[in-house]
Amino acid sequence: MNTFLQLVLNGLGKGAVYALLALGFVIIFKATEVVNFAHGSLVLIGGYFVYATKDALGWAGAAALGIVSAAVAALLIERLLITNARNADVNSLALLTIGVDVIVTEEIVRRLGADIPFVGDPYDALPLQFAGLTVFRTQLVALIVGIVLITAFFLAFRFSTWGVAMRAQAENKEAAALMGIRSSRVTATAWLLAGALAGVAVLFMATQDFSGAGLGRGTHAIALIAFPAAILGGLDSTVGAVVGGLIVGLTEALSAQYISFEFSKSAVFLVMLVILVIWPSGLFGTRELSRV
Amino acid sequence: MSDTLVETPVPVEPARKRRNWAKIAGVAALLVVLVFFPVITGTEVAYLKAGQYVLIGVVGAVGLTLLVGQAGQLSLAHPFFLLVGAVSYAVLAGDAGESGDLVGLGLPPLVAMIGAVAICALVGLAFAPVSGRLRGIYLGVASLSLVFLGLYLGQSLDMLSGGTSSGRPPPTFEVFGFRFANTEPAPTIMGVAIQKQQRLWYLFLVIAIGSYLLARGAVRSRVGRAWRAVRDNEAAATAMGVRVWWSKAQAFTVSSAFAGMAGVLTALWLDLVKPDENEFIGTYSITVAIGYLAMVLIGGLGSIPGAVAGAVVVNGLPQLLTLGATEFGWFASAGAGGLSPVLVSAFVYGAAIVLVVLFEPGGLAAIGRRLTSRQGDRR
Repeated sequence: MNTFLQLVLNGLGKGAVYALLALGFVIIFKATEVVNFAHGSLVLIGGYFVYATKDALGWAGAAALGIVSAAVAALLIERLLITNARNADVNSLALLTIGVDVIVTEEIVRRLGADIPFVGDPYDALPLQFAGLTVFRTQLVALIVGIVLITAFFLAFRFSTWGVAMRAQAENKEAAALMGIRSSRVTATAWLLAGALAGVAVLFMATQDFSGAGLGRGTHAIALIAFPAAILGGLDSTVGAVVGGLIVGLTEALSAQYISFEFSKSAVFLVMLVILVIWPSGLFGTRELSRV
Repeated sequence: MSDTLVETPVPVEPARKRRNWAKIAGVAALLVVLVFFPVITGTEVAYLKAGQYVLIGVVGAVGLTLLVGQAGQLSLAHPFFLLVGAVSYAVLAGDAGESGDLVGLGLPPLVAMIGAVAICALVGLAFAPVSGRLRGIYLGVASLSLVFLGLYLGQSLDMLSGGTSSGRPPPTFEVFGFRFANTEPAPTIMGVAIQKQQRLWYLFLVIAIGSYLLARGAVRSRVGRAWRAVRDNEAAATAMGVRVWWSKAQAFTVSSAFAGMAGVLTALWLDLVKPDENEFIGTYSITVAIGYLAMVLIGGLGSIPGAVAGAVVVNGLPQLLTLGATEFGWFASAGAGGLSPVLVSAFVYGAAIVLVVLFEPGGLAAIGRRLTSRQGDRR
């Protein structure tokens, strides 16, 4: 029983991180209808800046810089590439982000060289003991940060001017434009926000607790797990992203323990397959899929 | 997905003849170069290996462009079918190994090759309930699950795949007693001995040309028209009497068979069947999935000559740069963490994808079409 509780807590912590990443996909998709395959490279950019400036700025400063740099990188992709390819359809734009991803990932991995740094200094590898449970501190911090950020996002999405503008645009682009909503500002904010969430996520991903591996290709591969999370929740549903993230986190943690560690990643994808066969547009996705 | 396979309408009779002759001459020249490639490279087998690798890419990319470009189903599952093809060939033609812990049926290699392709087609057909129901990105990510499944199965089914540590050797290919291995004495063409690598080159060349012609036939026939109709509008296709689910299943099956053949060739090329240790680097990894997608995208979605050009870029470039590194000492100054051939080619094809989407959605095929139509006088 204790093992099970431990697994659930750790799984939820991982799930919170996946939820942050999946939320980023969904925000970008809702705003621009582009599936951002370069999300993994945003994660790497954030992590790389933390690693590069940690000694000079201290961890907190470096973490802030990492988040900002991931956000700026996302904004650059949107401003320089996506907006300049107006003629291309959304599927081509998704493939364009693959091109960006290949370049950025190779460059970051080259810059890291033989290093695979951990970037979660204040909480990494310091397990917590309470009530007979051993919980990874990283996962616990991730869960708390995830809850705070996701709550903040949903409040902003519901009540802030930006949130209203974004929902209006996702609903009907022309009508939103006629109401005086600046489309370019909405999409730019969406990318910025998604990048920042990726920047936060990497602080937990490249840790001993989360993956046992530092920043590198492995981190990029973990970011890929957020894809099933976003897809199984439904690509155009913010709630779906969070639920999907938690499902993926729990599936990974439980199957790693009860089946085998090697199977855990396949398990995530199998769960997604089953869900997709039953609900082809995810749990909370819009049924009518004319835009995909 | 854009319609890239419009055959250029033929304007007037004389212009047609002239252009056709130019085209025929070009194709003939290319064929002569390809046939004499082993003679040109002579003893430099490394160039031949690079060429073989490009041909593997051609077979796979032609299959993928049918699926993604013609039928409009985004798939990242190509590496999975490469793996299934490679392992099936080794299992069907192989023997139990020295310690007897491998499964091997010991069939004739030609039968095993056909069997491996058939198995891949069946596995692709088995995925039809998923591929028929999902669209666009949903299908892309769903197909990615096959890559993860392949990774897991490859690692856990040691008796089939040989395991990640040592793998298993694929049996030497053989057609009607002619072995694709080194022999003494070897036949020669213009003084160049036709040994294992030269023979494999011809095998790969024949298969690549066969794949090209098969795919072109499919595209020009009723099958291809049905694929494009389903891609562009399912409701309209249904109204035209196309069985949508069957057409979709067909495309996935055919594409998987092509990938399976590429897998068999990969096994012969590497002389080894070995599952990957992780999902991001390796012969059957996500990187390869993205590489194949890059081929069809750079070439122009749905275009078969484009897929060939894409394969030359994506598979040929790293090989060429690696050769440059070993032969002429390129990148020698870079050292560890510096520029490597693989890195440079990743940069090139990453940038190529971005540029194609931004400036030429039709890819290399559209550029080629524009160049050839400029040469032929259009009144």
